[in-house]
Amino acid sequence: MSRRASGLKAWVVQRATAIYLALFGVYLTFHFALDAPADHADLVSWTTTPWVAVSLLLFIPAMLAHAWVGIRDVFMDYIKPIGLRVTALTLMAFVLLASGLWAMQAIIVARIA
Amino acid sequence: MTTKRPVFLEIWRVKLPIPGIVSILHRLSGVLMVLSIPVFTALFAQALSGPDGFAAAAAFVGHPLIKLTLLLLGWALLHHLFAGIRYLIIDFGWGVDLPTARMTAWTALSAALLVTIVGGGMLL
Repeated sequence: MSRRASGLKAWVVQRATAIYLALFGVYLTFHFALDAPADHADLVSWTTTPWVAVSLLLFIPAMLAHAWVGIRDVFMDYIKPIGLRVTALTLMAFVLLASGLWAMQAIIVARIA
Repeated sequence: MTTKRPVFLEIWRVKLPIPGIVSILHRLSGVLMVLSIPVFTALFAQALSGPDGFAAAAAFVGHPLIKLTLLLLGWALLHHLFAGIRYLIIDFGWGVDLPTARMTAWTALSAALLVTIVGGGMLL
C-alpha cells in the first residue's frame, strides 16, 4: 500500500473507532459515575453480562487502534530524531498492546471463573 | 531535512485563534488519556482479581489526589469527545466557514468545562 493510502487508512480507522468509542465510552462513564459496582461480585456480574463482555472486548482493540493512530501523529510531529522516534513508538506499542491483552485476559478469566 | 524557511517559535507571543486552542487541547487531552490507559488497565484487572483486589482498587480511586486526577481525565474525555464530534461534523463539510468554526470551537470548549464542573461537583 502506498504512503498516501496508508495515511488514508489511518484517517478512516481514527473516525470509525471514534464513533464506537464515543458511544460505548459515554455508557462506561455514566455507568461508573452513577451506578459504580459496589463490590467484587457486582463488578464480575456486570463484566460477565454477555453484551457488556462483548462490548468491552470490542472496545479494547478499538481504543488501542485509536490511541495508536493519535499518539503516532503526536510523536511524528514532535520527536524529530529518527532513533528517538522509533524508540518512543516501539515503547508505546508495547505498552498499548500489553494493556489491551491484560484487560482482555481479565475479562475472559472473569467469564470462565 | 533542512529548510531556509523562517521559524517563529516564541511560544508566548504566538496567539492561537480559538479553533487552534480547541485543536491543541484535543491533542493534549488525547495524550493524557493514552498515558492513563496502563493505569486503568491495572486498576480494572486488580478490581476483577478478587474481593481484596477490588478493595485495593477502590481505596486507590478514593484517594483525594486520585479523585482530582480523575476530574482532569474527565475533562480530557469530555473535551476530546466534544472537539472530536466537531471534527466529524467538519469532515462532512459543515461549519467550515470561519464564523461558524469559531462558534462551534467556543461551544466545544465551554461545554467540556461546564459538564466537568457540574458533573465533578455532583460526584466528588
